[in-house]
Amino acid sequence: MGGSRLAVRREPVDSSLRPPAAVEFRKVSFRIGSNLILDNFSFSVEPGETLVLLGRSGSGKTTALRMVNGLLFPTSGEVLVDGRPTTAWDLIELRRGIGYVIQEVGLFPHFTIGENVGLVPRLAQWPPEKIAIRTRDLLEQAGLPPDEFLNRYPRELSGGQRQRVGVARALAADPRLLLFDEPFGALDPVTRLELQDQFLALRNRFQKTSIFVTHDVREALRIASRIALLDRGRLETLATPDKFLTSLGPQTRAFLAVLEKGRHHGTQDGT
Amino acid sequence: MIRPGLLQDIVELTSEHFVLVLAAMSIAIAIGIPIGILLTRHRSPRGLVLGFANVMQTVPSLALFGFLIPIPLIGGIGKRTAIVSLVLYALLPILRNTLTGILGVDGAVRESAVAMGMTGRQLLWMVELPLAARTILAGVRIATVTTIGTATIAAAIGGGGLGVFIFRGIASVDTTQILAGAIPAALLALIADGGLGWIEKRFSAA
Repeated sequence: MGGSRLAVRREPVDSSLRPPAAVEFRKVSFRIGSNLILDNFSFSVEPGETLVLLGRSGSGKTTALRMVNGLLFPTSGEVLVDGRPTTAWDLIELRRGIGYVIQEVGLFPHFTIGENVGLVPRLAQWPPEKIAIRTRDLLEQAGLPPDEFLNRYPRELSGGQRQRVGVARALAADPRLLLFDEPFGALDPVTRLELQDQFLALRNRFQKTSIFVTHDVREALRIASRIALLDRGRLETLATPDKFLTSLGPQTRAFLAVLEKGRHHGTQDGT
Repeated sequence: MIRPGLLQDIVELTSEHFVLVLAAMSIAIAIGIPIGILLTRHRSPRGLVLGFANVMQTVPSLALFGFLIPIPLIGGIGKRTAIVSLVLYALLPILRNTLTGILGVDGAVRESAVAMGMTGRQLLWMVELPLAARTILAGVRIATVTTIGTATIAAAIGGGGLGVFIFRGIASVDTTQILAGAIPAALLALIADGGLGWIEKRFSAA
């Protein structure tokens, strides 16, 4: 499925012999009633990259993200994961191979931290010793000493610690792909910065393909290998952070104006 | 005036009462929880089923016993009719609490569970039921306590139990007889409330 692909502006790479993109949106539209949430949306995510979906609230970025792990399906067009449409995947198998981190974290309140992190491996029926080793390793990576945190419950943790657990949980079963939906949006700016650092460290270590939704342009510039800017369900710009800075799209300029005007440390809420 | 053999009668009728409640509650739980779970999956019959259970609750218990007498198979005089009507009464709190308990599970938790690749069954058993357990048990507790009281009326249609004392006491204007029925029934209710409340608290981890 190489040559005739409809990729949105990308770096010019010889596309004839490339393996399928990690994720590809092909002319995806999504509507609820008469409301068009995504409008003929196409792009692909290459293996190993961190693609940031940037946009205001209601731009359709979360909707797009939720189509990757089959929580939603396109009204028209298709979303391919490893070259296969999500509609052709066994959804359980698809989802177990994709880590998912959301702003509200969604830790299981009745499970310990260790049980939360080890859940996907447990669902995949790994042997218990292997799960235990993996869980300890991931907590270590997340900056949460396992001896201290393994047996605690989510309610005993701070927001930042919880999200660290959320990220560790998403990585647990060595997924092919990671999805982040404004994961650090509810955190204070300092914690947010720490978690971004941790995200970068983990990315460098595990080399995972990631799609990361945010409305924070600073965050996007900091972690993205490419930024896709959405405006009312359409893709306005898709560029590396460097090129994004010089892009001329009106919505892109609006986001960049935030950088120029707001030299303070607050997080901008697009709501 | 306490007549000889009263104590033995109390023990006998109390255990009869207990069996009546136990049977009714087992059936009500076996029906109510699964239907409650089904209602969380299917929105459309929710109103109808809850409406039915609601209406059942509003029918005065003595009347419900009476209505059931002429109905074949489930009706007639005796324990069976009594159990059927007690089940109908107990259904609503169990049904409603199962529904609210499961629907009350944090949306983010549910979304994570689904996105992590849990099957419907895993979602139910690993996430929804454990998190809803406390609410469901509260429904069971309320239903049990109510049923212990309502079951005294079962004596009116030959269901037996502690109501026998009460009806007999009323007929012969004998306070001792009434108390012989009322006190054990109240004690049963208190013990059930305390015991089930204790179990409920043990599920409060979340």
